[in-house]
This record gives sequence, C-alpha cells and structure tokens, in this order.
Amino acid sequence: MSEPQRTHVYDNGLVLLAEPMPWLESAAWAIFLPAGCCCDPPSRLGLSSLTTEMVQRGCGPRDSRQFLEALERLGVEHNSSVTAAHSSFSGATVAENLCDALALYADLVRRPHLPAEQLEDARQVCLQEVRAAEDDVAHKVMQELRRRHYPDPWGRPSQGELAPLERVVLKDVQTHVATTYVPRGTILAVAGNFPWERLRDTVGQLFGDWPAAAPPEVQETSALNGYQHLTFDSSQTQIGVAFASVPYRHPDYFQARGAVGVLSDGMSSRLFTEVREKRGLCYSVYASCHSLRDRGSVQCYAGTSTQRAQETLNVLVDQLHQLAQGIQQAELDRLNARIKSNLIMQQESSGSRCLALAVDWYHLGRVRTLQELGQIIDQLSCESINAYLARNPTPTFTIVTLGAEQLEVPRAVS
Amino acid sequence: MPFREHTLSNGLEIVAECHDQAYSTALGFFVRTGARDETPEIAGVSHFLEHMVFKGTPTRSAEDVNRELDEIGSHSNAFTSEEHTVYYATVLPEYQEPAQRLLSDILRPSLRDDDFETEKQVILEEILKYEDQPPFGAHEKCMSAYFAAHPLGHSILGTAASITGLTPAAMRAYFQHRYCPANIALVAAGRVDFEHLVAVARECCGHWPAVPASRPTPRLQPQYPFQVITKESATQQYVVQIASGPSALDSDRYANRILATILGDDSGSRMFWELVDTGKAECASMGAYEFDDAGINMTFLSCAPEEAQQNLEKLREIQEQAVARGVTEQELQLAKSKIASHLVLKSERPGNRLFAVGGEWIQRRDYQTVKESLQGYLAVTLDDLHRVLERHPPTTTATLTIGPLEHLQPPHAAS
Repeated sequence: MSEPQRTHVYDNGLVLLAEPMPWLESAAWAIFLPAGCCCDPPSRLGLSSLTTEMVQRGCGPRDSRQFLEALERLGVEHNSSVTAAHSSFSGATVAENLCDALALYADLVRRPHLPAEQLEDARQVCLQEVRAAEDDVAHKVMQELRRRHYPDPWGRPSQGELAPLERVVLKDVQTHVATTYVPRGTILAVAGNFPWERLRDTVGQLFGDWPAAAPPEVQETSALNGYQHLTFDSSQTQIGVAFASVPYRHPDYFQARGAVGVLSDGMSSRLFTEVREKRGLCYSVYASCHSLRDRGSVQCYAGTSTQRAQETLNVLVDQLHQLAQGIQQAELDRLNARIKSNLIMQQESSGSRCLALAVDWYHLGRVRTLQELGQIIDQLSCESINAYLARNPTPTFTIVTLGAEQLEVPRAVS
Repeated sequence: MPFREHTLSNGLEIVAECHDQAYSTALGFFVRTGARDETPEIAGVSHFLEHMVFKGTPTRSAEDVNRELDEIGSHSNAFTSEEHTVYYATVLPEYQEPAQRLLSDILRPSLRDDDFETEKQVILEEILKYEDQPPFGAHEKCMSAYFAAHPLGHSILGTAASITGLTPAAMRAYFQHRYCPANIALVAAGRVDFEHLVAVARECCGHWPAVPASRPTPRLQPQYPFQVITKESATQQYVVQIASGPSALDSDRYANRILATILGDDSGSRMFWELVDTGKAECASMGAYEFDDAGINMTFLSCAPEEAQQNLEKLREIQEQAVARGVTEQELQLAKSKIASHLVLKSERPGNRLFAVGGEWIQRRDYQTVKESLQGYLAVTLDDLHRVLERHPPTTTATLTIGPLEHLQPPHAAS
C-alpha cells in the first residue's frame, strides 16, 4: 500500500508530517494552527474567523491581490477554516509547485500585514457568513445542538456572532495572531508526490526560525444539555440529537465508530432503512461521530415535514436505544467492506491523506499508517462492538428541534 | 490510458478509460433523459424514477439492492439533471463484476405500487427541504423564467401537485419510452477489465428491447424578466441571473468557461474582488452550463437585503465593463493556470474521471484525454473571449430574486 510516512519536529515545536504518494501528480498540504475559536474571548466571538480573513489580505512582500494571484499562478486550490481547536489553511496543486506554494503560506502565517484599512471589509465578510448560517436551517439546528451538548468553548459556532464581531478592533486581531499563530501546537501535513528530504529542508528554511511561543490555555464552562426548541416559521422541522461518546484517542473509539457505522453508513444502514426507506419519513437522516481531543459525541440529524416530525424523532430515538441491544455480523461485514474501500481509495487523493495525517497527530501525537488502520478494522468483531455497547448503555440525549411546533421528547433525555 | 468502446446489437454503448494502475473502478449508467423530456402532467417523473430504480427488481427487493451495494463497499449514488439521469458506483477493482451486475439489474426496476407510494412521501419531503433551504428554489425558478416554453425550463423535482398526481402507470410508460438502449451508455473509468465489462453487459443488458429514442429540440426564445419573490423568513437576499452561453456542441464553450472564471470564479475573479472580498456579498459567482441545444451563464449573488440593490448595480457594472472593454491577457493566463491545475487534481480519482468521460460521451459522443481537454482551454485567445462576449453578452439576463425584500429595481444600464 502506501509509502512510509515521515515526521519531523523542528526546534521551535512545529511538527511536519509527510506521506509521499509518488503515483500521484499532485501534492496537498494542511496547516493546523492552535488558533481555534476556543481562543476567542467571549466578548469577541468570531475573532479567529475574522483573523483568517485578515491574514489573507496581504503578507510578506505581497498585498492582498498579489498574494491571491501568486497562488493562482501556481494553480493552488485553497481553503481556510476554523474549528474549536484550530484555524487551518489547506491547499493542493500540481506536485512541482509544492515548495513555492508553501513559501507563500509561510508568509501568510508568519508575516501577515493585517492592514487596518481592510479590517472593515474583512469584518463584513464574516458578518455575511453569520447571516448566511441563519438561513441554512439544517446547519443551524446542528450548530445549536453542538452549542448545547458541549461545554463552552467547545460547542461554539466557529463563525462567531454579530455583536461580538462588531466589537473586534485591529489590536484584537494583532494579539490573536501574536498568541496563536505560533509554531508550538502547529501541524503542517503534506501528502503527494515529493521527495521527503527536500520537503523537510524547505520547510526548515521557511518555518525553522519562526520564534517559539506557547499557545494560550483555554477555560471551559459546563454544558447545558436537555431539550431546546427553536420556533421557526416553516413547513419543515429540523431535528438534532446528540449523546456523549468516546474521543478518537480512546482505545474504544473504533468500537463506537463501528456501532455508529451500523446506524448510519451506507444505504443499508439502520437509520436510512428505518426512517427513510420503510417509512418515507424524510429525505435526509444521519448519525456521525464527532471528536474533540478529550471527549467525543455522536450527532444525529433528520429534517422532515412538521406533521411527521414527532414520529421521526420517536423512530430516531428508538433506533438509538435499539443499537444498545447490539449489532449483527452481516451489518459489520458490510461496514468493513465500506471502510476497507475507503482506506484504499484514500490513496487516490493527496488532499484527504494530508488531512488524515494532521487529524491523527492532533488526537494521538502520532500518525497511523493505512496498514495499521486496516488491522484495527480487521480486529473489530460483533462481540467487541456489542461488549462496548453493553459497557455504555442507553445514553442521555441532548436534543434541539427547529420548526413550527415543539416536540414531545421521548424517554432518557436529561 | 487507453480508451475503449463497444456497441451492443441493441444499441447500448459501452465506453471506458482504462488505467491499470488505479486503485478503484468507477462504473455508471448514463441515461439520456431528464426534466426536459417530461410533459407538465408528469413533471418530476425523471427524478422520482431515479429514486424508484433503487426500489428493486423481479429478483431483488429494495433492501437487497441497498444491502448488496454496501456489501461490495461501493460509493454509489444517482442524480437527475435537465438532460441526464446517472447511476454510478465506485468500487475496488475486484468488485467490478458484482457492481456491474447490480447496476444493470436495477436499471430494469419493478416499479411496484406500494414502493411507489412510500417513495412519493420521500420525494414530497425532498421538495419541502429545497423550499426551505437557500436559495429557496431560485435557480429552478430563474431557469423556468429564462427558458419559458422551452423544455430546459422544466423543474427537476416537479411540484407537490405533479408528484402527488403521478401514477405508477405513467411512470412505467415514461420508463419504457426513455430507458431504451439507444438512450443509455455504460461508462467505466479506472482499473477496468474491458473485455469482461463487455461480456457481462452482453449477458445483462443485451436483451433490453431496442426502441427508437428521440428528443425534440424546439427553438429557444429566451425571456429576460426581472422577478422579485418575497420570503419574509429569509435573512439574506438571493439573486440568480441567467444569460445565454454556448451549447455543449459549440467549440466556444472553452472560451466561455474561461470567461466565467475571469468574471465570476469563487476566488480571484472580478466579482470576487468587487463584491466578496469587500464583504458586500456573501457570495457572487458565475458558472457556465451547457445543454444539447443551448447554453447559459448563471450568476448567483447572496447578500444582506439592504445591500442587494447596490450589489445588483455593481454586477451590472462588471458585466458592462466586460462587454465594453473586454478582459486582459493577464486575466486569461491566470484563468488558464487555475483551470489546468483544477483539471489535473480532479482527474486523479477514477470516481471523478467517470463523470468527465461519461458526460463527454453522452453529450458529444466523443472522448478526450485530460491533456486534450487541457489543450482545449490552453488554445483560447483573447479574440475568442471577445467573440464570446459579443455573441453572449452577460448584460442581457433573466433575473430572479428571493428574500425579505418586497421591491428591488432592475439595475440601470450605464448611460
């Protein structure tokens, strides 16, 4: 299968992870900075999101337009995002342009201009995002579910809120960059077609003298949980259900992931079969594992018409209860086939491999090879998953609904 | 990467781009049927039928179909557009045959009455979902306004009324008429055993009855209305504009796509710098879409309602400047770099190549390597772009807006 992975930790704490994929024509990278929205002061929610906007508005020797044109000349497809833990910048291009593209990103994280005259435009971009999220009701219900299920700051919506964003001044952005755009806690993951030694040396030249500093500590509050209904004038009701689960680093993670796979992966999964195929209750229904470093959750979604919402919630919650009774061998076999095919097909994409490397390092402090993942999957059995489910009986649910009418909550909700 | 093709005696075409080193095999049935092939009484039947295809055959129940697709670890799905309905699966190479047998079988669905009624509910839920989701059907509504009586203006989902009124008999009649071998191509990409693909196709699809297939192409008389639909519960204002563009058979399509990249790519385009980078709009972009006998350039804008009028004026200014002054050599070169890299990145997965190869075949009965597609873009000159601007002025548009506003004025033309 894949080539050996490489890891290098520079003196300033920056971690470089690399997986050569010489059969590809591309290379992809992801820079995870310890600059997530968990660092936003409560009065400045959205600061990290606004900062990702600002650092792209000129850096190193280039202004905003020159920077973007330089990326385009190199054919870079680029993206940025903010999660609770990280601000990340990712990209991909044809392999021969990798080092030149990384040089542009070194400017972006180390030498952003943060131009005062661009702050208002950048703020407007962020405000647009917050308003757009209001219209996306499926997104909104899951956003509110995470906010309710996790203690703050871990359940925050990354885009922030209108009033706190309005308060951000340039000094806030400068401080955010100074304290969180730092090498310790930063992961640079690269996958694709490149020679390892050249990459390690190039990254050393670009980032090796980035002054070391430690990212700030995070304070957390307690979670709200329970049921919340958000009244909204619509013919549809959006339903979100969450319950606590183990994080990615936990030895039982793949047992939990296997159980959720039986629930939601593929067209023969339980939720798709019971909620959509047999009853025709909705178009979209799913459950997925979400993991922070030290805790995890399972998050479920269904969107349906108002008159069928109660039945949909009942069937959904009933399926979650039934899962605790265990899974069947045939279900696990199907899941294994899907996972095996996913793992092999990951080798077709430098983008998905480099993200997997970065995620592994953040959660585990090391990187799993595809072979190692394959072995873990092979070791999953009905007995091991059912034993996990028996050890973790029917969970307590956090529920959020959004629509015209409040629903009656089935049993076992805190 | 050799290209292979074969036609069965009943007219079903089989094409494949074979890549021996690939990790996966992608297979798909591309059916030349979609919303444009419907009459108003059966509006939405193509898409509803796409759902029903997964509901089983004389030898498989719906549960069997779903279970078997998962047993071979497939990434499978289907979609319906104005002109095509596509069923596809990407699998590990050892599952080429079971995937092909399964897809071939479901392409002859039972269309059972009870499954029909259950699935009707799912379709009605899907219609409600899109009504509730930005941009609240603005694309379809603007297509309908621009194409007017032309069948490309038909809604893909249909309406709650047309779906409620649809009968299994009407769907069966549509199926018999449209899912004939002459309208279907079996397409494969990645690690493909082509001889085996043909042998299995002969066995599984060779008996499908050959009936003649045709698609009327009435003359298009595009309309350019300006419509405002008020949706009080929306936070943002959404605007869709449609202007004419080259069709799928027009060699100007490369130049037009480059033009769309220069004017309205998500990043680095004129619309991006004027409207998105400045925070005036959440989104402002333009994309090219090509059909058998028509093409369009569709512009999408979303922004705060209070800025919608000003942004519309700005869009108009961008369109007018392009027509009056053209674009620059530097813009052309940047767009070419972007498109070239995008093509290479996208082509790495057989799952993506399937759609490029299948789309090219079903629209133009042609095959192009990635290099040949690339060449089509690299050959474009400024003169080509300016010819396209003249033939398809982005200033002449059908416009539809949905959002909290009750009034919005058509933008002023420059004096």
